[in-house]
Amino acid sequence: MHRIGVFVCHCGTNIASTVDVKAVAEAAAKEPGVVFSADYQYMCSEAGQNLIKDTIKEKNLTGVVVCSCSPRMHENTFRKAVSAAGLNPYLLEVANIREQCSWIHKDIKDGTEKAIVLTRAAIAKVVLNAPLVAGTSPVTKRALVIGGGIAGIQTALDIADAGFEVDIVEKRPTIGGKMAQLDKTFPTLDCAACILTPKMVEAAQHEKIRILSYSEVCGVKGFVGSFKVKIKRKARFVKEDVCTGCGLCTEKCPMKRVPNEFNLGMDERRAIYIPFAQAVPKVAVIDPDHCNMLKNGKCGVCAKVCSVGAIDYKAQDSFVEEDYGAIVVATGFEPINIDAYDEFAYSQSKDVVTSLEYERLMNAAGPTGGKLLRPSDGKHPHTIVFVQCVGSRESDGSPKCGKSYCSKICCMYTAKHAMLTREKYPDTEVYVFYIDVRTPGKGFDEFYRRAAEQYGVHYVKGMVGKVVPENGVLKVRAFDLIAGEQLQINADMVVLATAIEPDKTARPLATLLTASMDTNDFFTEAHPKLRPVESPTAGIFLSGACQGPKDIPETVAQAGAAAAKVVGLLAKDSIVCNPCVAHSDEKLCNGCSRCERVCPYGAITYVDKEFKMPDRSIKIRRVSQVNEAVCQGCGACTVVCPSGAMDLKGFSTEQLRAEVDAICK
Amino acid sequence: MQVNNSTGSKDVFRPKIVAFCCNWCSYAGADLAGTNRLNYPADVKIIRVPCSCRVNPLFVLQAFQRGADGVIICGCHPGDCHYTSGNYYARRRMTLLFSMLDFMGIEKGRTRVEWVSAAEGAKFADTMNDFVSTVTALGENRRLEDLRCRK
Ligand SMILES: Cc1cc2nc3c(=O)[nH]c(=O)nc-3n(C[C@H](O)[C@H](O)[C@H](O)COP(=O)(O)OP(=O)(O)OC[C@H]3O[C@@H](n4cnc5c(N)ncnc54)[C@H](O)[C@@H]3O)c2cc1C
Repeated sequence: MHRIGVFVCHCGTNIASTVDVKAVAEAAAKEPGVVFSADYQYMCSEAGQNLIKDTIKEKNLTGVVVCSCSPRMHENTFRKAVSAAGLNPYLLEVANIREQCSWIHKDIKDGTEKAIVLTRAAIAKVVLNAPLVAGTSPVTKRALVIGGGIAGIQTALDIADAGFEVDIVEKRPTIGGKMAQLDKTFPTLDCAACILTPKMVEAAQHEKIRILSYSEVCGVKGFVGSFKVKIKRKARFVKEDVCTGCGLCTEKCPMKRVPNEFNLGMDERRAIYIPFAQAVPKVAVIDPDHCNMLKNGKCGVCAKVCSVGAIDYKAQDSFVEEDYGAIVVATGFEPINIDAYDEFAYSQSKDVVTSLEYERLMNAAGPTGGKLLRPSDGKHPHTIVFVQCVGSRESDGSPKCGKSYCSKICCMYTAKHAMLTREKYPDTEVYVFYIDVRTPGKGFDEFYRRAAEQYGVHYVKGMVGKVVPENGVLKVRAFDLIAGEQLQINADMVVLATAIEPDKTARPLATLLTASMDTNDFFTEAHPKLRPVESPTAGIFLSGACQGPKDIPETVAQAGAAAAKVVGLLAKDSIVCNPCVAHSDEKLCNGCSRCERVCPYGAITYVDKEFKMPDRSIKIRRVSQVNEAVCQGCGACTVVCPSGAMDLKGFSTEQLRAEVDAICK
Repeated sequence: MQVNNSTGSKDVFRPKIVAFCCNWCSYAGADLAGTNRLNYPADVKIIRVPCSCRVNPLFVLQAFQRGADGVIICGCHPGDCHYTSGNYYARRRMTLLFSMLDFMGIEKGRTRVEWVSAAEGAKFADTMNDFVSTVTALGENRRLEDLRCRK
């Protein structure tokens, strides 16, 4: 006979204010199999958990139903309590009467009735629960970091320092990410290269870190603890282990007119190039779209000048497959495309630039050697207008498909740009048009005020309506919201603080990893407050701006946190698996292979098995078998099975049908 | 749209609605609707399944047989399935089942597959409000109901 205990939580007044918890407990007591039913203030408190434990022992319970908040919140807490009292932890069901009941219904009668039905369904299910034992699976003690920006580098360094091997997969020829393109960094104004490049070198020289640059992840199999990752190593046409990075080839290559992506197309590079002086690995790469030798077999200059014979025109993309226990996503961000914002004349004038382009124009290694010169005529600009929030904070459904969120870093880097400009060129007037100035952060507001007060930057609240290029000047029309008047400024340059968005490759990557993303394609965390560096998919961790807009201090903090989580996982020899997996009843299985075909994990195999027939003869039949360590418990196989042999533990056909019955009663 | 769910006179028709929600997206979306205190009628009762592909067409049939007036299946958005492809199976199976049910006289409005992510609490509430009002407008379902199941 079943002996079920039902515990109804008040959750203070969170549940009790719209659900009559006493009535729920009374109704539950009348259900068949229920031998104990009570309500309590806070079931998750120690006293609440003790109530469960004591009742299990006293009443010799065979199953427990807790009516409380979502099982996503406290299922584990209650499982532990149940198990502490000697009952199998899977003989517990949670009826979600908070998130899915008391919080959405205002009418107490409605709420109570629904809570009773949900409780009834949970009782009907728990009666059919089987004790489950979780298996274990081994952990491969290596980590993969995808993306080699400051986030990826820092995560890799921290994991490697803890003694585990790490591979960094970076799609570009060098690691470094956006930070390598920045000039000076707020809030301290130290130069980005001075603090980043030592880290890049440290990563390259670390005995536990391997950098797979110019590579992409193209397949992910497995699960937490044992991922199998297929990595595409794009053909560099230069042997990475032979090239010394001397750079002679990049000087002799006759193809001079290739837009240099590192300087955002504001100057040119050769067809064979090293992205920037401190690139890691410092190895040349041939751009196959522009190399004459690769395109039509005519040239070969680089091979001739290379004294070590590193050039290999016949190189091809290669693929490697590696095992990892944990994967960290650190794919960062990109500024959005601003074609839709033509009122700012970005496509019409070279003197309208994005903030990232401005970083390059200010940078000593940039296209102008660090002198602030107008891209159109190389003259020194005297009036510069900065426009904030280009594409950020737009109302949902705006025709430009801008972003509804705040890009977070722009207020600070614009203050930085304004300040640096005024410092280097005090003869330049600087205007900043803003909707709001948002500078929370340690020392950030002081930084902004310094720009406005000490450096004499003109902050104007209001949006720029139009920029019109006319005879070499940019006529900026705007509205000053505080003065309540129309403004026109004749500017020499306009700088647009463009919104940032996740890298374009992030979504296909998320699909490979089965990691979830929000509507903006930022990776979502397992819990927005309590598990900010883990993805909801076990074994996948998040680092840096791929999870949301972040500045460098925040990125580095998150990178370290992600590393700590990874180390916590890799330090284990084995992990406990989810016991809610599929299993097949060999007697019923007819060997049709349908389950095998729908299984996304390859967890189902077929074996020949001997069966004793009623007439005592032995017959060999082909039957399916589930590898419990590989099965993730989706249940796709259970539905395609024509003979009903396949079932899912914890969510069995019988259990779900019992829930349907209980709800429709 | 907010369906009037005040419990007034006995004759107001309140539909019975079974919602199957996948654990990773839609169930979390439903939790978010709750966390954000977004209302939808109490007629909706959620059954948690690991993935929308766990929903056997049999469960839908059984719900109607036991007197449900509407059945909705919610899963992750295409491409976002926690198990990579489960929601595609669910979509194909349910398309087939629903057109068969329609043929049998269970109107298309009583069945639905909807994609709700863990971030879409508002979409979850909107979907439920809309579904409940559609089913309410269709009235009680008698087509497949096994009268022996009725008390
Ligand atoms: C104009 C501007 C100025 C800024 N100024 C400052 C400042 O002064 N101070 C400050 O604190 N912050 C500043 N920031 C913010 C700073 O750039 C970011 O915080 C930081 O770069 C985030 O690092 P990340 O590693 O997360 O991302 P990223 O730097 O974007 O690095 C991501 C890396 O991942 C790689 N990648 C992407 N997708 C894949 C894939 N699928 N496979 C493999 N590799 C992939 C990319 O190639 C890149 O190398 C500024 C940003 C901008 C735009």
